[in-house]
Amino acid sequence: MNEHLKPSVLDRPNSYVGKTVPRPNARRLVQGCGTYVDDICLPRMVHLAFHRSAFAHAKVVSIDTDEARAVPGVVGVFTMNDIRDVITPWTGVLDHLKGIKSAEQWPLANGKVFWQGEPVAAVAAVSRAVAEDAAEQIFVEYEELTPVTDMETALAPDTPVIHPELGDNLCFHRVIDSGDVDAAFADAAAVVEDTFHFNRHTGVPMEPRSIICDYSRAEGELTLYMSVQCPHMSKNLFAKHLGLDENKVRVICRDVGGSFGIKIHTYSDEMAAGAIAVILGRPVKFIADRLESFVTDVHARDHVVKARAAFNSGGELLAIDMDDVTGIGPYSVYPRTSGIELNQVVNLTGGPYKHASYRADGKVVFQNKNVMCQYRGVGHPIAVAVGEHLMDLGARKLGLDPVDVRHNSFIPDDAYPYTSPSGAIYERQSHRQCLDKLVGIMDYAGLRDAQAQMRDRNIYRGIGFASLIEVTNPSPAFYGVGGARIASQDGCTIRLDPTGGITATTGVTEQGQGTETIIAQIAATAVGVPLDQVRVLTGDTEIVPYGGGTWASRGAGIGGEAALQAGKALKENIIALAAAILQAKPDRLDVRDGSIVDIATGQERMPLSELGGIAYFRGDTLPKDVQPELVATRHYTQRQFPFVFTNAAHACHVEVDVETGIVNLLNYWVVEDCGRVINPKLVAEQTRGGVVQGLGPALYEECLYSSEGQLLNGSLADYLVPMAAEMPDIVVDHIETPTGTSELGAKGVGEAGTAGAPAAVMNAINDALDPFGVTLTHMPFTPDKILKGLGRA
Amino acid sequence: MKPTAFEYVRAGSLDEVLTVLEERGDEAKVLAGGQSLIPTMNMRFAAPEVLIDISGVTELRGIEVRDDVLRIGAMCRHVEVLNAPEVAEHAPLIAMAMPNIAHAAIRNRGTFGGSLCHADPAAELPACVLALDARLNIDGKSGPRSISARDFFLGTYMTCLADDEVLISVDVPKVMSENVTFFDEVARRRGDYAMAGLASQATVRSGFITDVRLAFFAVGEVAVRAPHAEQALQGILLQDMDADAICSAIADDISPFDDLTTSGAAKLTMMQVLTRRAVESFAKQGAHA
Amino acid sequence: MTGPLAITITINGEPATRAVEPRLSLADFLRAEGFTGTHVGCEHGVCGACTIRVDGRTARGCLTLAVQCDGLEVETIEGATGNGCVADLQDAFIENNALQCGFCTPGMLLTADELLQENVSPTRTEIREHLSGNYCRCTGYQAIVDAVEQVARQRAERT
Repeated sequence: MNEHLKPSVLDRPNSYVGKTVPRPNARRLVQGCGTYVDDICLPRMVHLAFHRSAFAHAKVVSIDTDEARAVPGVVGVFTMNDIRDVITPWTGVLDHLKGIKSAEQWPLANGKVFWQGEPVAAVAAVSRAVAEDAAEQIFVEYEELTPVTDMETALAPDTPVIHPELGDNLCFHRVIDSGDVDAAFADAAAVVEDTFHFNRHTGVPMEPRSIICDYSRAEGELTLYMSVQCPHMSKNLFAKHLGLDENKVRVICRDVGGSFGIKIHTYSDEMAAGAIAVILGRPVKFIADRLESFVTDVHARDHVVKARAAFNSGGELLAIDMDDVTGIGPYSVYPRTSGIELNQVVNLTGGPYKHASYRADGKVVFQNKNVMCQYRGVGHPIAVAVGEHLMDLGARKLGLDPVDVRHNSFIPDDAYPYTSPSGAIYERQSHRQCLDKLVGIMDYAGLRDAQAQMRDRNIYRGIGFASLIEVTNPSPAFYGVGGARIASQDGCTIRLDPTGGITATTGVTEQGQGTETIIAQIAATAVGVPLDQVRVLTGDTEIVPYGGGTWASRGAGIGGEAALQAGKALKENIIALAAAILQAKPDRLDVRDGSIVDIATGQERMPLSELGGIAYFRGDTLPKDVQPELVATRHYTQRQFPFVFTNAAHACHVEVDVETGIVNLLNYWVVEDCGRVINPKLVAEQTRGGVVQGLGPALYEECLYSSEGQLLNGSLADYLVPMAAEMPDIVVDHIETPTGTSELGAKGVGEAGTAGAPAAVMNAINDALDPFGVTLTHMPFTPDKILKGLGRA
Repeated sequence: MKPTAFEYVRAGSLDEVLTVLEERGDEAKVLAGGQSLIPTMNMRFAAPEVLIDISGVTELRGIEVRDDVLRIGAMCRHVEVLNAPEVAEHAPLIAMAMPNIAHAAIRNRGTFGGSLCHADPAAELPACVLALDARLNIDGKSGPRSISARDFFLGTYMTCLADDEVLISVDVPKVMSENVTFFDEVARRRGDYAMAGLASQATVRSGFITDVRLAFFAVGEVAVRAPHAEQALQGILLQDMDADAICSAIADDISPFDDLTTSGAAKLTMMQVLTRRAVESFAKQGAHA
Repeated sequence: MTGPLAITITINGEPATRAVEPRLSLADFLRAEGFTGTHVGCEHGVCGACTIRVDGRTARGCLTLAVQCDGLEVETIEGATGNGCVADLQDAFIENNALQCGFCTPGMLLTADELLQENVSPTRTEIREHLSGNYCRCTGYQAIVDAVEQVARQRAERT
């Protein structure tokens, strides 16, 4: 190697990129020394509890708070009228979702209630228990209104309109018609179709939504301790709706006990907490308990999809035609809107494939249930399940192997960059390589042989595939262009400390996925310091660069690139200073393992601790024209494409007990391409966790509502999430196709597991039940549904 | 999600329990392990004015082998029953059921008597004592009494215990060498309440089955026996068993209700599958006997 | 009286005499005492985040009243960390990335430790079954099972 050729910043002698390193914050967490919001106790703090609507749709005739106010320990009782002067309502629409509409939403019921669990009145008291005692003593007279619960009839002429000012119950309507769908179906060798029911479910982060609002009357400042994914967005929204100067609102987000998209939205009870803090002038804590979490945390994925696909005789997908209707509750959630999920479904269905003709008609309707909005995977699990089930149906009809049908239908490798019929632009994907690798690691041929033999013994096993694309690294086209103040750019500031270590602050946030670790790896690599000399700070709007936070699988791709560029910039400054001190040419120096070294020989010239000492304390020894600049900030906005798509191939292996309807998950495999892998272990663990969060709704999770709009299973005893015993080991492997949109080349990985799992398990179950001629498409696949499908119940 | 305020009495003796129960009647609730009562109170579905903690009452503790019965104290925690060699030896059905009850941390606190008195229709132990024809020993202000498990359970969360009575212990007839036992349940996840479950014991002599007890749980308001199916099995040679006839007898016995996610029809199918598996297991156990 | 009762609980080896309301859960009591490693995830006994040890056995902090523990020994993750009894599990959790958000982790560690005390060489299936009373929403459980399996092996080698 030419000694003058600098190694790539990612392929340095001391690179941490691509290596598994432990997470620096994990030690604290295993000792129980994390700081979640509920662990924080401030002087004079009061605790909130809410009276919540028992009805899905009702007029609030009167609210009697007298007895509640009389409960000893109560500091205040608040209805909408009590907080109206300090807070303004919000409306969840975005300009670029054409025609989307929603009603004004208030933090507490403003004359009517629109879902069971909507906050009507709040009690602030010396303890949560006392607040709950008093909330029980709030007496509300309701006049019940007809609840609108069935999304399939929400637009029928005889269905009441939930918000009369909107004219109808339609929130958003999106139509795509691309290519010549009718001709494709007319010419097809095989046409398949099915109707899919996707079950409303929710994120269930272990730490419920939590907030402390600390308003200082003296300073006119509001400090929010929040469990949140996007501190700057929250800062903006609390300032805006409480009429505060944005600079006087600070969001501090320490440890977050899971979020999964649940903690990126505006919640009425949290906004009410802010208003009450302003009124009381003392800290107000609200920790949603698990029962109120179920009726207020956003739900997701309540969809009915009718879809059909056309194939030629060679098993190539020619066209997809689908209708999707989704019920999102009574409001489009602010500020991201509840139109995005449907938008993703229609944008992404059939995403891996080359079909030229595509038609989709998607309707988002209002109903009197809890709101739905973005949750891990946003739309992907639906799009992937629909598309991949159609591929399996096509394979079955044509007598082909499902792997072959996928291979025959993938976008050809030489066609990238490729514009899909829905208008999505793919930079480059590796569907073929992922599926080939997957088929290899799972021993597909062996599994098929075993499957055939076992069927003879009345053991029914099935194999299901899912190829998928995932939206990551969003550009400003996602929210910013629609008018939401949600940053798509992110920044990183890195400072060389006098000790020779570095401190990085970043706008992306940590929820346990490992953001702080990968930022540390990138910063250590870019600057040239040992990993244990890096400290990463996140989650405090007073400290970190303005940024979007964590959503849409953007932490590594966007935040990581900003860290890389900041690290490079700092290193350049360090080398310039070192050159002045050492009287060497900058291009002869490098920074490695915490030292200035000779770039050619690697010989140490000066440790960074010495350079730091000179820069900070002995500036007198420097040449007059040299001013050390040992802090560098860089930002990154991905602008080249609306999104950078990742891709993956999943396979699931199940055994269905056809007597009891129980599905046993035997194996699961994923080959994932998230571009540059920064930390293989963290990528694998994001994938595994994501897969299990996709297996949950495929087998267990659903928010069951009565026709009156009552949530029937709103506790962890009745809402089943995956537990250890039923989950399989998950083999994860990688293909690396770095994105060219950034120097780092990383794409996101947080959601792909969740995106693919429901499809893979659905296809596996249907493969297992193939001998019975049974096809199931109504999630979750409960024993009851399986026995009914088999005619045994 | 905090309970309403209540008084707490830690009883030092059975007398004290009975005295407080007599004084406070239905305002009081007995607190054993609390693993069902406390969540109900946290959700404010129950708000007793006084809790009587019986964990310190020695008369309620211990597992004792008597002449022909195994006596299990009401306050025995599930983990004690699970680990007791006497239970494994003399009441294998209960030993088989124990690991299916919730999870380890719950079994460490929850009690044998508490589970019976809670009378959850989906709980395992009521079905076990029903299948074993156990007797429940009760005490109260009107004096002690003993009642058959068949008469103890009245409905969902309802037993024949009067407000002023407390369950002391349970006498389980010791298993005989010719007894065969079967316990299984169909649950969606490990440790969940079952969709359908079966606790069963019978006698097998020379391949013939008699004294069959089929006690199903999670299929009705209380754990329930299936008399027609038991009758259909009575005295038959196991290898000649007509599974279809027994399955249709179960349908005559019980019409399971729908729960949130499982229809009665699916539960019936599961009950029939469990019964067939039980009889197959009996045949195997009988062959080894 | 629904008013406070005086109790003495030995928390991590140190006796604490306090007046507590009967309705105060052990989890809330411990948190108020500063042992915030006991997390409250559901308050109805399902999630396992509040798992602590009472007289040496795991219990749900949310389904146990503080007053029930008068005279008993309670151990939290802070105590288990201090006396080193779960140090190997903690190391293995870090090494295997068997935690993400960390909210379930204290309860998971105490539950895993109880399993290993009772069963020195559990199978993966046994580990999964034993951990089934503790929810983790982040990891998908596999890394946790790996970590527990690794510690079982290590402990077996040591003895």
